[in-house]
Amino acid sequence: MPVWLTDDQYRTLASVCDRLIPPSESGPGAAAAGVPDYIDGLLGAFTFDPPRIWAGGPTSGRHGGRSAFGTFHRLTDLDELAWRMRIEGSRGLPEREFNGPVIGLQQLYREGLEALGEDFIRLDPDEQVGRLRSLPDFTDLVYGHTCEGMYGAPEYGGNRDQAGWRAIGFDGDVQPRGWTDQEVSDP
Amino acid sequence: MTVDAIIVGSGPGGATVADVLTTAGWTVTIIEKGRNHLLDPEDLRRPAFDYSNDEIKFLNRHFLGPDPLVEPRTFRTSEDDGDRLHVGEVNSVSSTVGGGGTHADGKVPRFRPEDFRVHSLFGPQPGAAVADWPLDYDELEPYYAEVERAIGVAGTDGANPFAAPRSGPFPMPSGAPMYGATRSAAAAQRLGYHPYPAPTAANSVPYDGRPACNNCGFCAYFGCPTHAKGDPIAMLQHAMATGRAELLTETFVSRVRMEGRRATGVDVIGPDGVRRSLSGGHVVIAAGAIETPRLLLLSGVDHDLVGRYLMTHFQTITAGSMPFRTYAERGRAVTHVHDDMIVGDDASRAAAAEAGLPWIRGGLVEHGGAGLPIMEAKHLPWGEQHPRLMADSPIRAHLWAFIMQGEDLPYAGNRVDLDPTVKDARGFPVARVTYRPGRHELVASKHYGPRLVEILKEMGAGWTAFTTSPGTGNAASPEAVPESRHNMGTVRMGTDPATSVVDPSGRLHQADNVVIADSSVFVTSAGYGPTLTLAALAARAAHLMV
Repeated sequence: MPVWLTDDQYRTLASVCDRLIPPSESGPGAAAAGVPDYIDGLLGAFTFDPPRIWAGGPTSGRHGGRSAFGTFHRLTDLDELAWRMRIEGSRGLPEREFNGPVIGLQQLYREGLEALGEDFIRLDPDEQVGRLRSLPDFTDLVYGHTCEGMYGAPEYGGNRDQAGWRAIGFDGDVQPRGWTDQEVSDP
Repeated sequence: MTVDAIIVGSGPGGATVADVLTTAGWTVTIIEKGRNHLLDPEDLRRPAFDYSNDEIKFLNRHFLGPDPLVEPRTFRTSEDDGDRLHVGEVNSVSSTVGGGGTHADGKVPRFRPEDFRVHSLFGPQPGAAVADWPLDYDELEPYYAEVERAIGVAGTDGANPFAAPRSGPFPMPSGAPMYGATRSAAAAQRLGYHPYPAPTAANSVPYDGRPACNNCGFCAYFGCPTHAKGDPIAMLQHAMATGRAELLTETFVSRVRMEGRRATGVDVIGPDGVRRSLSGGHVVIAAGAIETPRLLLLSGVDHDLVGRYLMTHFQTITAGSMPFRTYAERGRAVTHVHDDMIVGDDASRAAAAEAGLPWIRGGLVEHGGAGLPIMEAKHLPWGEQHPRLMADSPIRAHLWAFIMQGEDLPYAGNRVDLDPTVKDARGFPVARVTYRPGRHELVASKHYGPRLVEILKEMGAGWTAFTTSPGTGNAASPEAVPESRHNMGTVRMGTDPATSVVDPSGRLHQADNVVIADSSVFVTSAGYGPTLTLAALAARAAHLMV
């Protein structure tokens, strides 16, 4: 269940993610790896308390230590202002428009997914690629977030079961284990 | 209540001043505009554990601040560009408790004696305000040693043939060399260069109650999850332990209050948005070489040189793809450097002469890789080939790079001033950076870049690349904004009030009790990261206050 996107938007986004990082012999594509949930979680970050902006520290528990990434940081008023501007846009609110209007990610995703068309999920992959190439700004935006969701910490909603890291042989967050001097100097 | 000193900024400069002053019995209030993720809020003598191996939080979501939406800066390459070309992130050093010290990978070289006397030893450069510092290396050496002991610096005595003389050994031996660096250092040596283990403020053994670094690899750009990096948590912990330091966070200093030649205190806006005034016997400004001149300008300090001579280190970046794994994700981000391209040789003198320049100086060369997967993914294309490229990993697993932190000369046109219209979320004019490299920087980069590529080829590189930051092409491109965070020189130190803003002790010529304690005071930029030198200058300034 998406937290911010509609079900239709979520399905379109999942198709987009799989064109950007498709399934392959090295692992699942971005959709199965949870990237749409990462993006939906960012767009709907303020439906959570604390908002899901910054995961906790110092360890995730994947290499020892406690599982602290899942406890997100509280935001200060200034942090909240910045992230609401980034996600929601300035919406005509004077306290968000001290340097003029700001378009938020929610609007960019709403309009971008609409521009891709309701039929996007039914197109064949080549046609989907063509349509993405016709919207380069939106595609660049989604691709940046897709990289974060695919190869970032799973606590943000993507990289499900560390699928992104497994596909590329990356060990992820390694604290508190770290690396031995021998693994560093003479691997 | 009036404290003995108000310190604006909690980075390496402010933290060092706080440590020295509180040890001498002074009471201080440290004011930091960013958040506290460094010290335990329940007991500020102890560390917090908010930092983590999290590429999203640190590299993609501004965890250490500043967030460019609420605290932007603006940029242009010259007045010819109009009011500005870019609004957003410009030379941003972390805005958080610990300042720039929290984000860096802790390379802390000293300058060398000649770096303080460039004008006397090499002579002037056309268009640049090259000058000697009003103090020399010998005067600063005891303070270098003091801050090296305070933060805990690991290094190898005698490994760098060009090193400045030291009064004592490094506090700790060097940590484990990165595998890729052992290969690049060997290649550089075969070509006649002199690489050595980088002096690094990351513990190689337990030191001052903090653990040895465990090589996690999330180093540059990340706060240290274990606090093996001592800069500047060590000085802040020391200051807090005296019981004479108070730390105000999320508190913005909007003005230094002046009465004639004396500062009486500062105006601040707290986390609740409430404005108030704090009084102090001295005001120490250590907000970094962009925010410090901004605060002086917001305070009405009237001197044409405030903000001028901004230097950032013109970066020459060369990279090569290696036929072997470089393991750049393991270890302290950069474990080896070389000084040869600062020192120069017959070839660099010939290159200068050919370009019609009296001399050129390059900078410290850092040997390093790029071990982070989101960063790699964003540099690779999307589509069918993406998974295969990511698995082959030309960048994360196979890239090796040299970054030369080239010495920027001081030019009056490179400067910080107040943007005429862009404001921060609190309503104050933001800092505007006007910067472009001069001919010296371009000639030095063009001379040394191909030599760095030669080392990469000697190391076994297939393809290689050579670029600079800022880019030298289109001024309107975001690449015209320098990547360097080594901001220096905007509140110049000197003996003559007509050609400098602060005196040799860091005190404003115009005020008896305002001291600048960060890299703003640098006269020239050397080719070395500024942290240790600014901390040593801050220690000296603080000792001269008490």
